[in-house]
Amino acid sequence: MKFSARSLFANALSGHENWPEQFPNKEPKKEYDVVIVGAGGHGLGAAYYLASKYGITNVAVVEKGWLGGGNTGRNTTIIRSNYLFDESARIYDHALDLWDGLSQELNYNVMYSKRGVLMLAHNVHDVQSFKRHVHANRLNGVDNVWLSPEECQKIVPFLDISQNRRYPVMGGAFQQRGGVARHDSVAWGYARGASKLGVDIIQNCKVIGIRRGADGAVEGVETEKGFIGAKKIGVSTAGNSSVLMEMAGLRFPLESYPLQALVSEPVKPIVPCVIMSNAVHAYISQSDKGELVIGAGTDQYTSYSQRGALHIVEHTIMSICEIFPIFRRMRMLRNWGGIVDVTPDRSPILGKTPVQGLYVNCGWGTGGFKATPGAADMLAYTIAHDAPHKINAPYNLDRFVGGRLIDEAAAAAVAH
Amino acid sequence: MGDFRKTGKGVIDTQQPVSFTFDGKSYSGFKGDTLASALLANGVHLMGRSFKYHRPRGPVGAGFEEPNALVTVTRGKGRMTPNLRATAIEIYEGMMASSQNRWPGLGFDIGAFNNTFSAFFPAGFYNKTFMWPKSFWDKVYEPFIRNMAGLGPAPTEVDPDVYGAVYGHCDILIIGSGPAGLAAALAAAKKDQRVILVDENVNMGGSLIGAGHVSIDEKSASDWVAKALKDLNKADNVVLMTRTSAIGYYHDNFVALAERLTDYIPEAQIGKTREKLHRIRAGKVILAQGAIERPLVFNGNDKPGVMLTSAAQTFLNKYGVAVGKEVAVFTAHDSAYSAAFELADSNVRIAAIIDAREGVSAELISAAEGRGIDVHIGSVISKTGGKKRVRSVEVYEPVHNTQKTIACDALLMSGGWTPSLHLWSQSKGSIKWDEAKGVYLPDLANENCVCIGSCNGDFGIKAALDAGSKAGGGRKVYKTDEPVFGSGQVFDHLPNYIKPSKTKAFVDFQNDVTDKDIKLAVREGFKSIEHVKRYTTNGMATDQGKLSNLNALEIAAKALGKQAPQVGLTTFRPPYTPTTFGTFCGYRTDDLFEVTRKTAIDPWAEAQGAVFEPVGIWRRAWYFPKAGEDMHAAVARECKATRDSLGIFDASTLGKIEVVGPDAAKFMNIMYTNPWSKLGVGACRYGLMLGENGYIYDDGVVGRIAEDRFHVTTTTGGAPRVYRHMEDYLQTEFPELDVWLTSTTEQWSVIALNGPNARKLIEPFVEGIDLSPEAFPHMNVREGKICGVPTRLFRVSFSGELGFEINVPSHYGRAVWETLFAAGEQFDITPYGTETMHVLRAEKGFIIIGQDTDGTVTPQDAGMSWIVSKKKKDFVGKRSLQRSDLVAEGRKQLIGLLTDDPKTVLEEGAHIVADPDQSIPMDMLGHVTSSYWSESLGKSIAMALVKDGFNRMGDDLYIPMEGGVTHKAKVVKPVFYDPKGERLNVV
Repeated sequence: MKFSARSLFANALSGHENWPEQFPNKEPKKEYDVVIVGAGGHGLGAAYYLASKYGITNVAVVEKGWLGGGNTGRNTTIIRSNYLFDESARIYDHALDLWDGLSQELNYNVMYSKRGVLMLAHNVHDVQSFKRHVHANRLNGVDNVWLSPEECQKIVPFLDISQNRRYPVMGGAFQQRGGVARHDSVAWGYARGASKLGVDIIQNCKVIGIRRGADGAVEGVETEKGFIGAKKIGVSTAGNSSVLMEMAGLRFPLESYPLQALVSEPVKPIVPCVIMSNAVHAYISQSDKGELVIGAGTDQYTSYSQRGALHIVEHTIMSICEIFPIFRRMRMLRNWGGIVDVTPDRSPILGKTPVQGLYVNCGWGTGGFKATPGAADMLAYTIAHDAPHKINAPYNLDRFVGGRLIDEAAAAAVAH
Repeated sequence: MGDFRKTGKGVIDTQQPVSFTFDGKSYSGFKGDTLASALLANGVHLMGRSFKYHRPRGPVGAGFEEPNALVTVTRGKGRMTPNLRATAIEIYEGMMASSQNRWPGLGFDIGAFNNTFSAFFPAGFYNKTFMWPKSFWDKVYEPFIRNMAGLGPAPTEVDPDVYGAVYGHCDILIIGSGPAGLAAALAAAKKDQRVILVDENVNMGGSLIGAGHVSIDEKSASDWVAKALKDLNKADNVVLMTRTSAIGYYHDNFVALAERLTDYIPEAQIGKTREKLHRIRAGKVILAQGAIERPLVFNGNDKPGVMLTSAAQTFLNKYGVAVGKEVAVFTAHDSAYSAAFELADSNVRIAAIIDAREGVSAELISAAEGRGIDVHIGSVISKTGGKKRVRSVEVYEPVHNTQKTIACDALLMSGGWTPSLHLWSQSKGSIKWDEAKGVYLPDLANENCVCIGSCNGDFGIKAALDAGSKAGGGRKVYKTDEPVFGSGQVFDHLPNYIKPSKTKAFVDFQNDVTDKDIKLAVREGFKSIEHVKRYTTNGMATDQGKLSNLNALEIAAKALGKQAPQVGLTTFRPPYTPTTFGTFCGYRTDDLFEVTRKTAIDPWAEAQGAVFEPVGIWRRAWYFPKAGEDMHAAVARECKATRDSLGIFDASTLGKIEVVGPDAAKFMNIMYTNPWSKLGVGACRYGLMLGENGYIYDDGVVGRIAEDRFHVTTTTGGAPRVYRHMEDYLQTEFPELDVWLTSTTEQWSVIALNGPNARKLIEPFVEGIDLSPEAFPHMNVREGKICGVPTRLFRVSFSGELGFEINVPSHYGRAVWETLFAAGEQFDITPYGTETMHVLRAEKGFIIIGQDTDGTVTPQDAGMSWIVSKKKKDFVGKRSLQRSDLVAEGRKQLIGLLTDDPKTVLEEGAHIVADPDQSIPMDMLGHVTSSYWSESLGKSIAMALVKDGFNRMGDDLYIPMEGGVTHKAKVVKPVFYDPKGERLNVV
């Protein structure tokens, strides 16, 4: 059933009794052309693009819990593409292009809101670093402009730009096309889109092994619901990627850290865009429901527990309140943690693996949500062609051997 | 006295009237009232509007779980607090509260038109529409949705209040001071244990407060509580904390408590800490949080006047307030009867008890009838009358299909009890389904933690007291006289003859989630309880599902054709109750957020009118403008004065690490790319440090003070991470080395003197060091005295001029500086800041880590192959340097740039191309890392990282800027000034 104001109206008259399932949960068939492990936004998106763009519809997405229940459903929903390096700009901007129009393509409102992302500079080093980004973005065709403190304040009227602050605002980089989207809807929209094209979504079905043949190539996945055959397997399991890769006998350069986020009680609209501050390391936006959505860096220690430590929360909140003291009286409603998988250069691994038929999309660290459509498309492309697209080719595993790292964080090096 | 006040009931102080306003209208209550109890005493039930449909709402609970009665309290500038629960805030003289999420007023709210059209806004409606035309989403639909959203007003002013944060330790932390918690504390107090007992309420005692029908050990409940508190207050080893919410349970029995200290006192008395965060590490945690009554889900269950039975009981016992004059009770649990009787015994007319169950004990029925109360067994409420207050209920008896309307002005509901498992679940204790009670209960503990009393399913006061005593290490068996708690029945559906499309039965009150929304979610394939929650927003309101989650679970389970335990619960997350951001900040705000580090010489610079810049967590003098000078003029003057005669610079922020021990040189060999074994005592060497990945990590001059002692300097920003980096390797990779590391950054003040007159200035002040060029050549360090105080005197230069860096113990720094500065007058000594330091070093092509390098630059890229030892077997990063990409041709390399127009100063960060006419995306070669006006050279200079830069010497490159301006620049070696270094040798 097509979603529209009209269908909503029609269904209202019948008491909403006739809406069909958006993504029926299937029992696994014996064999598929492609099995995607992990029903997050990336995995579901990959299945959707396999079916919609690359003509492979005999696909299953296998998920150990409920779809969209990992980092897709527990991030701060920030979308931007103002990255420094060409490789990053290409993949995140590809994602941004797909975000724009995703609701229409999926016929599912994912509420992608181009309200803009403002990154505040608080010292000379920030200014140098952000300008470097702005210049690189301009020549790469990525929108991102440098704003004076006064221009920043025009966008965020409650921003204190007096220069005697501990962290004065010395300007900012603003990407108008950046913004937020409704995270759950992204997973649901892709799931519904993929289901309509014949993809089987199999929830509550944990993968416990990857079966490989005598020639080393994959033959399928062992799951709690039995063996599912597949010549091609795409793994998109975020924090559990190294566990999955180990099933195929591969050691991956990944470390998993808890990453926390929090929301306040809802209030009337005040935060007009996403605001980030690298110097204090925290960021904030406001959901359409009115909650302030706040995040920061990862916890310091590796862990698989989806909760974090209190002092990280304290530091996150005090950082936000340092930049925006007017929020000190707001109240935290909910604080949660997810597990992010981090590579040595904090950029993803997206492409083929040394095992024939095994493809991987992992290592997105704290930045995976914004890449969802782009990463999904690239994973689908790579699986369909058994070769990476030029956009994701640099994100190979070999770069850790050769040293061709894509290290955005290192590029924003610490002050002298 | 309000019409609804009951004399002789409650623990309020009726001698102390308190006046306050709600939506501008004045009311009166008593000290000890909450806003809700005081308003109810005045007959006011309408206190708020719901989130989505703007339906009129009154309090449904009497405590912190309240979803409906949310208000904004203002108390002067910056002290506006939205979304406070009227049931949990205490009134004070002059309190100003107002309702929220309504316009123009609470009584008439335009937004309520949403309610009229609610059929079109079911769960997830926004996923299905607002997509056409595409451009309308950004411009029309989303702004509209955003403006409808939000509860209370957003803050507009800075909060002037202060907050605190402390740590605490105890043997036993008891959370909740009802019968279970009190009994536990009494027992533990006798065991000589350090005990902390916390309760979120003003008074300890929980359900015992004002409980007229209960006696314990022959005492009335109130007397027993008073005696217990007296005993606990007397015990040295017990700390009692009220108005304190346990908000989060973290690893290893680490519990966060939020204490409220001033919100209940009139504004005139404010001036102390508003709230305080207590971080408690407890040996054992006893959770005695009780249970929260469950609403019933029926058509019209959200009207003002409809509330939990236990809420009405609390309003009566604690505040002496009757919630109505003619009260109907709708229940599926025995416990509602005793509450009804308590009301009846306080002369509140009970219009009827409607019991959804078929089988109700004859005892209860006769007890009701004995009080003249009609009991309707096997009946439900099919609808409620009234708009902004419930006025009647329609009792529907499904078996005989009869309906009967009963007038009432309040309706109490009881769907049984939900044990509070929030903190238990946060601690990762497991839970199990108890079929008999229809509830989840604690199962296996993950920490040293127990649940007791009703949060463990031990309902009833005696059960709670005995469990408490046992948990506290005692063996006391209590004797009580109490109403029978009884049992109940869980209904996943209440029958109704009215078509579902014509009904509205709310599950999550605040978010307006109905039973139909939950069924719709299941119908549309949202089959996990997490999906149901996210699709419907059930449980996402400010009560975080305390009242709604179990009902949602039952309804979803039925829709799914499963049993509740197969469906499960959503994850419990902190905080237990919404907690002020300021409480997490504690005192770490403004200047105390990250205290600015200042050098000993900083006050001198400030007095001189220096402009400062933040560098890492330090602030450093940026430049010293004279009257009328801008930064450009000041820096040009400072540079010239230094090159011509003498400049003085505060370099104290440089990181310093003392590397000491028999294996010190060995350790240095591992940490740095160059060799250290043969460096003589008294000699210095520039050191370059790599990360494991082969990229430049830090640099600095290192002096060998003794065979076993190195004075290592690091960059200002890098000091902490270099120290950690060294410790990491020392402790994990090379623990066999006999080396100690000490951070000495703050132990030394460092005064850098640069310029041809540097030696002449210090000569008269130095004792014990031969300063002659022969005895003390460049790149050497000597120990002696300067101005009578001990010094490590370095002859080094970061400017290319003759230079000394005078290290003296920090507290002498300013005195030595001032002495030298006074004596320097003869040489026109000029203080300079970091900007001039940057220009001087750039003229010489010295790199700044983090500016000219960025974590992707190898020593070779920076033109520093000379510093990488080929002989050493190992050093950190050596292996990585051999990786194919790190030795590949065409890497980005550090070069100099001279602009075509010498007056053009390139922008740092600007990108460089070979062909400026290409289309976007351009093929970028690199970027400008450093760029300055060089007064000494009379032209601009720049450094840049450029692909294959070393092979482009003499090439013209282009820097395309915004607005079509393109600069042209020639690639040169990055040494612009005195390439032979002759100026170091000035005598």
